[in-house]
Amino acid sequence: MDVLETLQRLWNDSGFASFLADGGWKNLVMIGIACVLLYLGIVKKFEPLLLVGIAFGCLLVNVSNFFIDGSSSADALYHPELWDAFLDHDSPFYHSYGNIMANGGFLDILYIGVKAGLYPSLIFLGVGAMTDFGPLIADPKSLLLGAAAQLGVFLAFFGAVCLGFTGNQAASIGIIGGADGPTAIFLTTRLAPELLGPIAIAAYSYMALIPMIQPFFMRLLTSEKERAIKMEQNREVTKTEKIIFPIIVSIFIILLLPSTAPLIGCLMLGNLWRECGVTARLSDTVQNALMNIVTVFLGISVGATTVASRFLSLETIKIVILGLTAFCFSTIGGLLVGKLMCKLSGGKINPLIGSAGVSAVPMAARVSQIEGQKANPSNFLLMHAMGPNVAGVIGSAIAAGFLLAVFQ
Amino acid sequence: MLNELTLAAASVASGEKINIGDAAVTAVFGYAVVFVGLISLMIVISIIGAIFKSKDAKAAAAKAAEEASKPAENAAPAEAPKLAPGSAGHVKLFDVPDKEAAMIMAIVADKMQKPLNELHFISIKEVK
Repeated sequence: MDVLETLQRLWNDSGFASFLADGGWKNLVMIGIACVLLYLGIVKKFEPLLLVGIAFGCLLVNVSNFFIDGSSSADALYHPELWDAFLDHDSPFYHSYGNIMANGGFLDILYIGVKAGLYPSLIFLGVGAMTDFGPLIADPKSLLLGAAAQLGVFLAFFGAVCLGFTGNQAASIGIIGGADGPTAIFLTTRLAPELLGPIAIAAYSYMALIPMIQPFFMRLLTSEKERAIKMEQNREVTKTEKIIFPIIVSIFIILLLPSTAPLIGCLMLGNLWRECGVTARLSDTVQNALMNIVTVFLGISVGATTVASRFLSLETIKIVILGLTAFCFSTIGGLLVGKLMCKLSGGKINPLIGSAGVSAVPMAARVSQIEGQKANPSNFLLMHAMGPNVAGVIGSAIAAGFLLAVFQ
Repeated sequence: MLNELTLAAASVASGEKINIGDAAVTAVFGYAVVFVGLISLMIVISIIGAIFKSKDAKAAAAKAAEEASKPAENAAPAEAPKLAPGSAGHVKLFDVPDKEAAMIMAIVADKMQKPLNELHFISIKEVK
């Protein structure tokens, strides 16, 4: 055995040598970004359940995946070129999961669940089982705030078109404003899978930053007097109403926009399991075990899409800026309609609950509660804000369904 | 039907750049669709809520009327509920002082929503 030749081969095969190859520095930058994301998830606790998985997926894919002559290295965990062939109409492997299974790495196989829209829908099943729609049923006006807070989705979509993105890409970027991670992933995998990494990271990062983004606009757009408004307690919702609600919403929304069926269907099925009283075991499973399993797969496989050669581009910076714009305008939209409802109700509605219309549950509702209590320590807005908050989940699913119907 | 409308609103091919005018129409129309969807849902939920509220109100009114008519029907004073018999035997205490035993019995009675003299404690033992 030629020791020197063996050492030489080991060095050439190692990732360290690849850093010195053409474009290898990009992987080094991505490893740095992955470490920053890990820090944000673990130390700063920014959406840790997903961000830690995404960040580690990002780390794994960039230490194992070096592009040599346009194709991934042999040991790569994720092969973007296989997915390019999967989406290419002219390729013999167009829509061939068999090719992915045969030639893909570990993360390619996990990514099939993202591509098929399986993980976001299963997450919605768990979200439905965890959500109490009681505050929304007690006060259906909340739905208006959930609708108003989708303003950012459509403004960011428009902004993205102005910045030169295609219709599909702009729609996927806009949905970041819905503040709903699974919906953003679901829509992006269908319309612009090449942008999944930056969009998912932007969506989850901004969701985590809601306590920092929203209060500024809440104070800017409302007066001290408005923020101090105490709202009347909502009526008690009967068990029968809670059981009927998911059935009615499923029938109504899916008939209106069939493309929302995977998201709304799963959300409402999960909620029906929670409320019907005869499927406690299923409700418990989707809330805990299934949700955790899917979160593991979703996080790591979304992180895998952040391959250095594709992630590090001007487009990513534009997405980050547009995503922030979307979040800000969604908050503004909710607050403005909240103010309008406050005026029309003769000061009975606290406009702060409007900002909870962005669907980051329950973070946005908590921010409304905190800001309300700062203005009036005896103010308890949490349950009132939960109505618009869960309405926002339905609203962002409708917005996604609309964009899917237009652009798919 | 809505799908046809949305497709008509944005006559754009997937994956292609669209002009700003089309984008503006799509954005306005999309926002309007979200409002229409959620307002329609609000109306449906409000109608269902109103039905349930009126049912509850009727049930409450019927109950109130029944209670109001009771004193007239039963002119004779209602018989006082029978008290349960007093103490029934002794409770065995193992390493538990009397005061703590009394407190435990009171808590159990409170949690079970039953008068103390309707409960039968056999023994109380401290688990170490």
